[in-house]
Amino acid sequence: MSNNLALKKGLDIPVKGAAAREVIKTVVPDVVAVKPTDYKGLVPRLLVKEGDHVLAGSPVMADKMRPEILFTSPVSGTVSAIVRGEKRKLLAVLVKADGKQEAVDFGAKAPETAADAKQLLLNAGLWGALIQRPYGIMAQPDVTPKAIFVSSFNTAPLAADTDFTLDGELLDIQAGVNLLAKIAPVHLSINKAVEASTLFHKVEGAVLHVVSGKHPAGNVGVQISHIAPIQKGETVWTVSPVLLAAIGHVVNTGKLNLCRKVAVTGPAAEKTGYVVALPGTPVKDLTSVPENVRVIGGDVLTGETLGADGYLGFFQDQVTLIREGYEREWFGWAKPIRTKVHSSSWAYFSWLTPKKKYNMDTNLHGGPRAFVETKCFEDVTPMDIFPIYLIKACLAGDIEKMEKFGIYEVLPEDLALCDYVDPSKNEIQAIIQKGIDLMIKEMA
Amino acid sequence: MADEKKPGLFNKGGKLYWLHSSIDAFDTFLRVPGTVTAKGAHVRDGIDLKRVMIMVVIALVPAALFGMYNVGLQTSTLYNLEWGFWHMFFYGLLRMLPLFVVSYVVGLAIEFGSAQIRGEEVNEGYLVTGFLIPLIVPVDVPLWMLALAVAFSVIFVKEVFGGTGMNIWNPALVARAFLFFSYPSSMSGSSVWVSKTWVPELKGIDAISSATPLAIAHDGGLQALDAQYSFMDMFWGFIPGSTGETCVVAILIGAFLLIWTGVASWKIMVSSVAGGLLIGWLGQLAGATELPCYYQLVMGGFLFGSVFMATDPVTAAQTETGKWIYGFLVGALAVVVRLWNPGYMEGMMLAILFMNTMAPLIDHCVVSVHTGRRAKKALTA
Repeated sequence: MSNNLALKKGLDIPVKGAAAREVIKTVVPDVVAVKPTDYKGLVPRLLVKEGDHVLAGSPVMADKMRPEILFTSPVSGTVSAIVRGEKRKLLAVLVKADGKQEAVDFGAKAPETAADAKQLLLNAGLWGALIQRPYGIMAQPDVTPKAIFVSSFNTAPLAADTDFTLDGELLDIQAGVNLLAKIAPVHLSINKAVEASTLFHKVEGAVLHVVSGKHPAGNVGVQISHIAPIQKGETVWTVSPVLLAAIGHVVNTGKLNLCRKVAVTGPAAEKTGYVVALPGTPVKDLTSVPENVRVIGGDVLTGETLGADGYLGFFQDQVTLIREGYEREWFGWAKPIRTKVHSSSWAYFSWLTPKKKYNMDTNLHGGPRAFVETKCFEDVTPMDIFPIYLIKACLAGDIEKMEKFGIYEVLPEDLALCDYVDPSKNEIQAIIQKGIDLMIKEMA
Repeated sequence: MADEKKPGLFNKGGKLYWLHSSIDAFDTFLRVPGTVTAKGAHVRDGIDLKRVMIMVVIALVPAALFGMYNVGLQTSTLYNLEWGFWHMFFYGLLRMLPLFVVSYVVGLAIEFGSAQIRGEEVNEGYLVTGFLIPLIVPVDVPLWMLALAVAFSVIFVKEVFGGTGMNIWNPALVARAFLFFSYPSSMSGSSVWVSKTWVPELKGIDAISSATPLAIAHDGGLQALDAQYSFMDMFWGFIPGSTGETCVVAILIGAFLLIWTGVASWKIMVSSVAGGLLIGWLGQLAGATELPCYYQLVMGGFLFGSVFMATDPVTAAQTETGKWIYGFLVGALAVVVRLWNPGYMEGMMLAILFMNTMAPLIDHCVVSVHTGRRAKKALTA
């Protein structure tokens, strides 16, 4: 059974630096970080202290409110440091790898009930992989979602090609789907462009949806809003394909293996390609970082600034390197043609070179202003909502209006392109996140 | 360069830091700011409001250039001066320049001042407003009146609401409305639309009355109009009127550019024209006018208003469905005023200002219907 979904609106940002389909190295990290900041809605409680020995799959921290949710070490080794920030906020647990990669055995057995399935995810430290909508927070174990959605592909700029990164892991993916299907019906969307060849087409036990369109067609939130819009009181869960495979791997082997192919991308990357690495791997092990370059964990629209000293996040299978745009272009806005700057607006001439990829930087290309042009938001938001009204409701903190205009259906990532196209340079994702945070606070 | 000009004096903590809004305005006018993204998307589109606004100004240039020529042409024709093309053009240029200067100096001074007060960057919106105002007032309007109108509109229509993006009414049109209601003798009647100041030969000669096609048609009907101006005269713009509004071709070039760049909504333009045509046609059927409906498009400020004024993204409806409704009502209302109003024959200004007021209501209805439908879908799903 498959359903077609053709999305017309959207925008593919032409950034230079796509990763070719080849593994350029395999990282055996010396130290990995477990970062509580990767998970939205987590108040961590530390379970280890410096010097403790851990295995791959040993818990290092838990959720303070729901102690059954464990977060585990991806490697075996010794806890080498506890990194804290302001007000002693826990930022990371560093584990020095012993190189043996001994793993906790969770038992290679497919769970038979929903409770078993949940228990396995909680024990293995993979519960955090489940994201609950509305609000995009860590899933609540006592909730039964309406459905679980997986988008098998990512349309974000330079995103990792899941057909390459998960090549050969069909059995794990299938086991992951089987496990999630114990909890709720699983919906899997596949990319129409590779419909015939994608390995996800062979997955059974899930409702398949064939999706086509520009970014954000690959965003699971956009797909949900077309397949089964989230209403007040409903919850759905989502999981990324990479973590779905990791879940399946635990089922099949009993061991936690978070190893993934990470796409090293971006115009400022000295060498692009795929690097096999664990989450928590130091950035400097993944790629060299030139001066004045920003390292983003994820894509240029939604990624997190990791910094040259940072560590790859739990959800990230991509790092993007772009120049910091401190240079100031003379008469930028007044030039008839700017060959080095991309614009989706026809007020510039990028439309003449649709295939051209740009060496983009982080320059804002203007100053912040009040909203003037607003149709640009609708053009990049393939959802049945009025973005500008939702944005304004979030700014006003008006709960009722936020509900009416679809706050349950969106996460900042779904409106990330609005950040990009806005000539008034508003921070749309931050505004939406603020709205969501308010909803969480008020509706709790 | 700009950085050397901007020493510590203007930086935070410096003695002249309070001037930073103005300094930044000049600085970023010359160079793209060096600000990098701090949160949200890490890369951004090259478009900014400066570019958007300059596109509108460029779209206005054909109408402005033709208007300057037409200023000279009308004076020359009316007073039998037999000027050449360049004479006409330069006369118009020289007559228009003070208007542009006053409009920009007064408007930008207030913009800079209020940006200083708010401590924000100077908005670009006035680049367009300042260009529009001279194009929609009579050439011979006294400069002090113009200055007053600009000041009124920028302060009370824009800045008190919070600047560009926050205003309810189109500031350029309010400036015109201000003049119209405060100084009707300089703004209406049949002798204000052809310039005669600054022509030495005409010193001491009384202004000859030269009615606009709208006024002629209003008083004398189709016959009187045809006797004086052909449809093609009105189409090409060889008629008295405010500087920017007469030439359909020049306005269409601007419209093309605005639609091409996506800066203005084609939906508003098309539906406004449709609204005007429909009411013009109904009016002809009902006997309110003898003019064929398409005459409404080439007379007065109808097309200029539809293309450049009604489409202002800030004051127009913001939903796509709302734009259709809003544009249609602008055009329809303008022609209603033209046909059924005994005193005042140009309805475009008031139609747009009225619909500016109504635009949020239209959007509210569109959005309510939409959310209602969503809620219904949720119930049946």
